[in-house]
Formats: sequence, structure tokens, C-alpha cells
Amino acid sequence: MQNKNLFHYILGIADNSLILGQRLGELCGHGPSLETDIACTNISLDLIGQTRSYYQYAAKISEEDKTEDDIAFLRLEREYKNVLLVEQPNKHFGYVMGRQFLFDVYHLMLMQELQNSKDETLVAIAKKGIKEVSYHKRFSTDWVKRLGDGTEESNQKMQEAIDGLWRYTDELFQLTDADKAMVELGVGVDVSKFKEAYYTEVTEVLKEANLTIPESKYFTSGGKKGVHSEHMGYLLSDLQYMQRTYPNMKW
Amino acid sequence: MSDEQVKSLEEIFEARIARDEKIEPKDWMPEKYRKTHIRQISQHAHSEIVGMLPEGNWISRAPSLRRKAALLAKVQDEAGHGLYLYSACETLGISRDELYEQLHTGKAKYSSIFNYPTVTWADMGAIGWLVDGAAIINQVPLCNTSYGPYARAMVRVCKEESFHQRQGFEIMLKLCNGSPEQKEMAQDALNRWWWPSLMMLGPTDAESVHTEQSMKWKLKRKTNDELRQQFIDQTVPQADLLGLTIPDPNLKWNDETGSYDFGEIDWDEFWQVVKGHGPCNKERMDARVGAWEKGAWVRDAAMAHAKKKENKKLKEAV
Repeated sequence: MQNKNLFHYILGIADNSLILGQRLGELCGHGPSLETDIACTNISLDLIGQTRSYYQYAAKISEEDKTEDDIAFLRLEREYKNVLLVEQPNKHFGYVMGRQFLFDVYHLMLMQELQNSKDETLVAIAKKGIKEVSYHKRFSTDWVKRLGDGTEESNQKMQEAIDGLWRYTDELFQLTDADKAMVELGVGVDVSKFKEAYYTEVTEVLKEANLTIPESKYFTSGGKKGVHSEHMGYLLSDLQYMQRTYPNMKW
Repeated sequence: MSDEQVKSLEEIFEARIARDEKIEPKDWMPEKYRKTHIRQISQHAHSEIVGMLPEGNWISRAPSLRRKAALLAKVQDEAGHGLYLYSACETLGISRDELYEQLHTGKAKYSSIFNYPTVTWADMGAIGWLVDGAAIINQVPLCNTSYGPYARAMVRVCKEESFHQRQGFEIMLKLCNGSPEQKEMAQDALNRWWWPSLMMLGPTDAESVHTEQSMKWKLKRKTNDELRQQFIDQTVPQADLLGLTIPDPNLKWNDETGSYDFGEIDWDEFWQVVKGHGPCNKERMDARVGAWEKGAWVRDAAMAHAKKKENKKLKEAV
């Protein structure tokens, strides 16, 4: 493959959308209210839509006669490059909104920068995605504030979620070799650059939500290198179930 | 109000319905009309919400990204239908919390079809094709029903349902044109969903307790048996097109009536499921009640936050 770095760069972005979309999809019909149920399904739908655009592009440049579904469903766990944050389970609604918020702030920054890429397809995907991601961020930010500020119980639960998820945030700003190569070419975004802006923004929201900023300086990473948490295998066994059980069929 | 006054209001009311005028929330209506509509609209709303569960069961396992997106969109549509049907119901003077309470305590019913399990991917096709197909037959006449908010909600519901039905048929078509395993999966789904779909159109006319009054109020335009015949006549040629066999050895075209004769429906099974003893009644209720109870702290927090915000605004204004 000539564009190996580009291929891996795209997957690095797209896998986050796929896995987070998959997690949100699990919630469908089980939300705390009809309105939040609809919103979470909607976000999942947006993310799966973005995933398709990225994978279709990746399939095109792979030169291996791959389809979007081959990329989505037929890789080994070690080949998925999503960050650990997005694969974390839907422990409760506080976790769902916390995970979403911590990802959305980063995601919007990424989309904004990706609009300046030298790769036209990525620019087009970013331009379409940015509207969706802005909405996701507004939604999750509002809920973090609501839950943080609401009742004593909701404050505790939201704090528990932020404390639990905080250690996965640093990975968002790490660059893989493919990322670096693409940054070099003006195609990729140097995500390490917005680390500070990210923590400033997140901290502001958490403060407004009466939440304590975790002080721990210990972070966990690995997803970008394909070393995932123990949750990932179960997520994939659901995701890949049909494709693995009935190989080489069209649906 | 004297009996005579009520009687005269009732006469005016019935005359308006006869003239095909819409009844709106602020209009006077007989108590029985109000109650019947709360029962039917809420039953419909509950069916949409419970109906999210059997299909939601396959979102995480959909076989392609395209199918996953379409299924997500479909289940989201159902939630949307639930939302505006609950809103239509609320115009009759009942709150959403009260309606949920009725669902959760088993006082209110929902469509029994959703008490069957979705065990293969083909069930997503069969539900779209058959269940949404039967629902459309039930629902299209409701676009002209007498109660305005319900009729308007149904216009939108029907448009989306007919899209879902085509989508379901397309899933089946793909399976039927696929490998032998896929075709077998499609046939198996038809075998399991056919009879429950026929039951969806309600008990036979002789057993149906609400038909007469509902026909008068245009909540119903055709009887259950007429609707069922319409569904069968419409669906059999579609099964032929798919190359699938309807699981009814007595199904036969009747030249005289110009429609299909069909075998005996197992009404014992129907009543068993209606009474709460179907394969998934308990699971569906556990899921709904569970989501509601587990979400209580979230809803409480939202209310508390809104109240705090309002108080803050008031203070600032002072």
C-alpha cells in the first residue's frame, strides 16, 4: 500500500467514532428519558455516519479491494486504533455523558483543525462532521453541568465518572508514527498542540458543574497502539458477530 | 350542567364527527370519548417505546455499517413516534408520568407482537416487512380519525412506517438473494413472525369489544377481520416475490371472494401473550421499568438544576 500512513491515520480517527457509536448504540431504548434516548441514538448515528465516510475513503486508498465493512468488522482487536476512553462501558448515565464530554471537546478541536488539511476528502468529512460534533459537545456539556449541579446524588455520580475516566484523557494527545508522518505532510493534525486548550476548557466546565478536577497525574494509554482494555474484546464480539459467523456474505 | 344540556352537547358533538370535522383538545367531548382516546393513543405510544427493545437488541450486532445506521435511525423514529403520541395523549388531560405509571404497572397494554424475541438478523427484516406492514394497515385509516392531534400525529407516523416497511422488505430481499444460509434465516423468520403478525390486527370481530363505538368515532374504519384479510392479500404476493413460503398449509386463493382463505389462528396463544405470559413480556417490562428506575436520579438532577437556574435568575432580577 502506497498510502500506508494515510490509511492508518484515517483509521486512528475513524475507529474512535466507530467504537463510541457502538457504545452509544447499546443504550438505545434504555435511557433515563425518551428525550435523552433519542439524543444518544442520534449521536451514535452521526458517529457511525462519519465512520462510514472515513472507512470508505480508507478502503479506496488501501488498494486491496477492501470495503468499509471489511475495515469495520474484520480486524483483530490489536488492529483497532481507538483511544481507551471511547471503549469504556456505559456504567451509568454519568459515565455516558462524562465519556462523551471528554471526547467531544477533543473531537471538535480535531474537526476544526482537520478542515485545514491538505487532503480534500478529509476536509470534506471534517466540514460535514463539525456541525454534528458541535451539537454533541453542547449536549454532553449541558448534561455534565446538569448532573454536577443537580442533586447531591447526581453530583457524586458525575464526579465518580470524571474521576474514573480522567486517566484516559492524556492519550487523546499522543501521536502515532502514522500521525507524525501525516502532520509532516500537512495532511494530519498535530493533536498534541491543543492539549492545553483542552484541559483549560474541560476544567472550566467542570468548575461550573461544581465538580472537582482530578489531581492524579497518572494516565493510561495503549488504544492508539492497539493495546486495549479488557472491555474491548466483548465490544468486538458483538460488533463482529454477524461478519464472523457468516463470512463472505452480503447484507 | 343538566342532563339535557349534556345531551344537547353530545348531539352537537356526534354531528360534528358525522360531518368529518376534527375534535380539538379544547372542544367539549364526552368523557367516554376522552377515555377511549387516552387508552388507544397511549397504547399506541407504549407500543412504539416497547417496540424499540426487540430491534434495539440488534443494533450492536448489525451485519454492516449501512444496516447499523439504518437500524439506529429506525429505532430513533420509533422513539420519536412515542414522543409525539405521548404529547397527543397529554392534550386529553393526562401527564406522561401517569401514562408511564400505567405501562409499568401493567394497567396499560402495548402491542403483543413485541413480546416475541428477535433471535436472528432476519427478524429485523421480518419485523419491518410484516409487523410494520400490519401496523400501517391498522394506522392509515387513523390519519382521518376524528381527534385532531391524533390524526395529525398519524400522518407523520404512517409516512415513516411505510419507509420502514420497505426497508424491512429490502433486508428480506437481500437475504433471499443471498446464500442458502441467509435464505433459510429469512424463511425461519417468516415462520416465526407470520402468525403473530396476523394476531396484531386484533381479535376476531365477534370477540372485539371496542369495535362498534370506535367505528362511530372514526377511531376505526374497518373491522379487525377486514384489516387482517387486507394484510394477507397484500403480503402473500410479496412472499412469492421473495420466494418464501407462508407457514400456513390452508392458505389458498379463493376466486369467488377475490382474496386468500387462510388457516385457523391460534387464539389461545394470542390471549396468553396479551395476558402477560408471552415469551418476552417479563423481559420487556423489566427493561422499561429498569430504565425508568435507573434513570430517576438523572431526571431528578435535571429538575433540580433547572430550578436552581431559575432561582438564580430571579435573584439577579431582584
